[in-house]
Amino acid sequence: MAKSIEKRKKSGTEDAWWPRPVRGGECVEAGEERHIISVLVLNEFGVLTRVAGLFSGRGYNIESLSVAETANPEISRMTIVTTGEAAVIEQIIKHLRKLIPVLKVVDVTDKPHVERELLLLKVRATEENKNEIFRLVDIFRARIIDVSPNSYVIELTGDPDKLNVFIDLFRNMGLLEVARTGIVSLQRGRVTLKEYDPKKEV
Amino acid sequence: MAERLKGTRILLESLKKEGVDTIFGLPGGAVIEIYDELFDMDFHHILVRHEQAAAHAADGYARASGKVGVVLVTSGPGATNTVTGIASAYMDSVPIVVFTGQVPTYLIGNDAFQEVDMVGITRPITKHNFLVKDVNDLARIVKEAFYIARTGRPGPVVVDLPKDVLAEWAEFDYDRVEMKLPGYKPNVKGHIGQIKKAVNKIFEARRPVLYIGGGVISSNASEEIRELARLLHIPVTSTLMALGAYPGDDPLFLGMLGMHGTFRANMAVTESDLLIAVGARFDDRVTGDVNQFAPQAEIIHIDIDPASISKNVQVDIPIVGDVKIVVRDMLKIIKDIIQKKPEKLEQYHKDLEPWHESIERWKETYPLAYRRDGKTVKPQFVIETLYKITKGENIIITTEVGQNQMWAAQYFLAKYPRTFITSGGLGAMGYGFPAAIGAQVARPDATVVDIAGDGSIQMNIQELATAVQYHLPVKIFILNNKFLGMVRQWQELFYDRKYSYTCEEVQPDFVKLAEAYGAKGFIVDREEMVEPVILEVLQERDKPVVVEFLIEREENVFPMVPAGGALNKMLLV
Repeated sequence: MAKSIEKRKKSGTEDAWWPRPVRGGECVEAGEERHIISVLVLNEFGVLTRVAGLFSGRGYNIESLSVAETANPEISRMTIVTTGEAAVIEQIIKHLRKLIPVLKVVDVTDKPHVERELLLLKVRATEENKNEIFRLVDIFRARIIDVSPNSYVIELTGDPDKLNVFIDLFRNMGLLEVARTGIVSLQRGRVTLKEYDPKKEV
Repeated sequence: MAERLKGTRILLESLKKEGVDTIFGLPGGAVIEIYDELFDMDFHHILVRHEQAAAHAADGYARASGKVGVVLVTSGPGATNTVTGIASAYMDSVPIVVFTGQVPTYLIGNDAFQEVDMVGITRPITKHNFLVKDVNDLARIVKEAFYIARTGRPGPVVVDLPKDVLAEWAEFDYDRVEMKLPGYKPNVKGHIGQIKKAVNKIFEARRPVLYIGGGVISSNASEEIRELARLLHIPVTSTLMALGAYPGDDPLFLGMLGMHGTFRANMAVTESDLLIAVGARFDDRVTGDVNQFAPQAEIIHIDIDPASISKNVQVDIPIVGDVKIVVRDMLKIIKDIIQKKPEKLEQYHKDLEPWHESIERWKETYPLAYRRDGKTVKPQFVIETLYKITKGENIIITTEVGQNQMWAAQYFLAKYPRTFITSGGLGAMGYGFPAAIGAQVARPDATVVDIAGDGSIQMNIQELATAVQYHLPVKIFILNNKFLGMVRQWQELFYDRKYSYTCEEVQPDFVKLAEAYGAKGFIVDREEMVEPVILEVLQERDKPVVVEFLIEREENVFPMVPAGGALNKMLLV
């Protein structure tokens, strides 16, 4: 977001810059789009730095990045949420593909897909707000996963928008701390990112 | 047949298998065991005096020979000193493999003596890099490093070698080592539908221009480009990186385009209706204001690197593939068409006539020119004389960066690929001399001349010792204006002549300096001396020669497109 702030300073008028909120609650500049990019990478030393460094070195935005092993322990899957103009997104994808340990890059944004994020939220629990917490947990189909004498940890999954709303509801109710995973996403239907098995290649 | 070898030996045997016979390097603590092994092996090792020069020399060697250049340096400062050379090779897509020593694995992360995170430092300036953590991976990594460096869009690869890993033993059988690069598949063959579309566009065009870049040289496609241009009578302009890929004295050649391009090249690009970009990347020094770059033209872009396409300028017909293979396919289709309809070619030549007339007019209006007074040494005259004497035959020009580089590019009409070698993308002063050393090692038969400025030559002057030690008769032409000339030119033109810290008031006596190193030195301060001294200097076959030309101090490089301006808005004098 550093780039946007700079732009605001330059243009002088906040209106010209003013970001429009999009799904996920993050701010995106006019002309910019939010994209979810799924990336399969070799699960090797330094691969995260290569991807993150590509974004910082070329001035691309990362809204969220999540990474973990796939069913094949030699391969990790990254889900990157980024914003930028169409031409910038195209460059991001091309440059990701150029990285040697990157096996597959797919922009799932315009393909039918599901996206989910996990939120852990810690809230101060008092006699007064307990019932309200239970009620919200119930409505949002969240779960309380840690109960201490005066605090709860709540777990919620959903799309980022739902998580934002949930967090907002706790702001005046003793919200203590929040941890989010960033989005993970899969395409709907039978389509998969062709999982590569290096052992099979001759 | 597998045999059990020590890591240091595995490294060097792998290099042998890769066909390496020349290494540019400088030993140190972390690589002392590799050097110990090297002592007994049959390599041509060039001991440089600063590691930056090793990287530039390997770059010059790679460009002159078409092979992969190899560097071997120690950890810490030895490694960091190569960074500028690696960055230059990266920007110009030159295949080099840099082996850097590293502290033992058990000390990594401990701020050990001469430890630096070389993989971290070079990640953004290499095509790829490796830290070898297990001796069993060593041979595979070397194989992958060379493969990555030379294929696709070539580039530098760093291999970081912890001392303890190379002290261990492992099975070695290079021919049976399998690479593990599932994510790396450069696309060399262009999409045939796109190529056909491009051919149709070419036949529709009335004002086409071929805009060739360094990719033509990397893919050894000069012959194909010549054939294409001459068959269809398409004029050719070249980036700095591609000079020599198309003969500089050919009637279809427009000269270089861009900031210091010729008037006719820049006008032709601006007026063209079809720009055929081949292995070029639309650098800002080439395009000027991208919105006013080739405004009337449709653009065909052939490049091995998909990320180069539509990066700076929106392209109409992208073709991803190896330039040589794509242009060959293109020629095949064109020839088929011509065979079926021979009159089509004749008609096309006729259609292009008005275009050639316009170009001829531009050429006559503002040819490259400079004023002479018969006494003062003009830098352009020096280059022109060198060209006149050698005719561009059996000579390799390297350059430093700045005015010297631009005058060399404008006035030396390089004829053959791999004979004009310069740090184009990074623009690293201090590149030319070590690159000349590398080029001379690659081509001992050729005359190698480094066109230098007084500023840049001093950035790697210590390599005179290297050149003397290995009897490399590199010629260094210092165009001495006692200024950091290109910056001074900008200060004159755009900063109200405030020559802020660009005047080099104190300089060494370059002749004495050359002699102190055991090289030869000459000084030229009058125009009439230029030719005889160059003639004499070109005879030298044993030692490096430094020729200091005391040139007109405030000579400028023209034409000039001010940074970010439109290509057709040039300062001409």
